Formats: sequence, structure tokens, C-alpha cells
Amino acid sequence: MSIQQFIDNEVKSNDVVLFMKGTPQFPQCGFSGQVVQILDHLGVAYKGINVLESDEIREGIKAYAQWPTIPQLYVKGEFVGGCDIIREMFQAGELQQVMQDKGVVGKTHA
Amino acid sequence: MPMDANEIERLIKSRIPDANVTIRDLAGDGDHYAATVIAESFRGKSRVQQHQLVYEALKGQMGGALHALALQTGIPSS
Repeated sequence: MSIQQFIDNEVKSNDVVLFMKGTPQFPQCGFSGQVVQILDHLGVAYKGINVLESDEIREGIKAYAQWPTIPQLYVKGEFVGGCDIIREMFQAGELQQVMQDKGVVGKTHA
Repeated sequence: MPMDANEIERLIKSRIPDANVTIRDLAGDGDHYAATVIAESFRGKSRVQQHQLVYEALKGQMGGALHALALQTGIPSS
């Protein structure tokens, strides 16, 4: 399986996927950490993929989305954004809407 | 190598001529910037597409010479 196939498979077989530096429990970059906090606050389940464990994934994910930076958040197979966009959307209440529209529901928060 | 704020603005404007660009050097080290890019030509584009245009303008410097650029994009509010 090529790296692009691997990434595509991860993105399509998980509802919410975050490609990040470090893990959700231990983010190793402030930008990745911010997105983790937002997702945790929303209470949605997600899979974190640590790009620091593989240069192939780290470079491959940039090509996959034509997006030069990490973190990258995918919801139901679609690239939603990096740290700045996610934070902006969250503050505007749009991220919550996207999750709802795509049928990804948080555990709490009405 | 750090990048000059003027150079960042020049690159963005060369790709998005109608852009209104504001750049702040967050740490004073020429390496951590926040940029706001407002352009009429962004209208109808998603945030991801708007950011992709800016990244394209920076010609691969993003993530390389340019370590951290917090980016905010938008369209002019009439």
C-alpha cells in the first residue's frame, strides 16, 4: 500500500481524524495542541495520527491535502482545515455546525 | 533562515493583487508571524481555498523558511 493509499484509507474509514505532532494525550506542538483542546471541548471522538513517527506520513499528508502545515483535521473524509481555520470556525460556532451536519455528535454540550 | 515581513507581503500580493495584507511579527524574531489577508477575489471561496491561495503565493516557503505564519483570511466588509 502506498503512503497516499494509507492516508486515504485512514481519512475515509474514521469519522474524525487529526494528523498532528505528538498524540492527543501528549501534543508536541502548540498548534496541534490547540486543535486537540478544541476537539476535546466538543467531546467528539477522533483518531490522532502522530506524524512525528513517520517522515513518510509527515510529507505524504502535506501532498494529500496540498496543505503545507500540520495539524490537519479531516471530518468524514473531507479536509476541514489547519489550526487557524479550526480555531476561527470553533470561535464562530461553525465547527460545531460542521460536526452536526456531518452526523458527528459530541458527548456533551447542548 | 527567517523571512522579512515585506517579502511575505510582496509574495502574497504578487499572487493575489487585490489583497490587503497586514503582517505582525509576533515574537520579534522574524520567524513567527501573523498575517491577515483580505481580498475581494476570495469571495465565493471556502476558507481552505483562501488559505491555499496564500500558501501558493508563498511558494513553498511555508513550513520551510517560514516556520510559523498564523493566517486569517476574509473578504472586505463592503
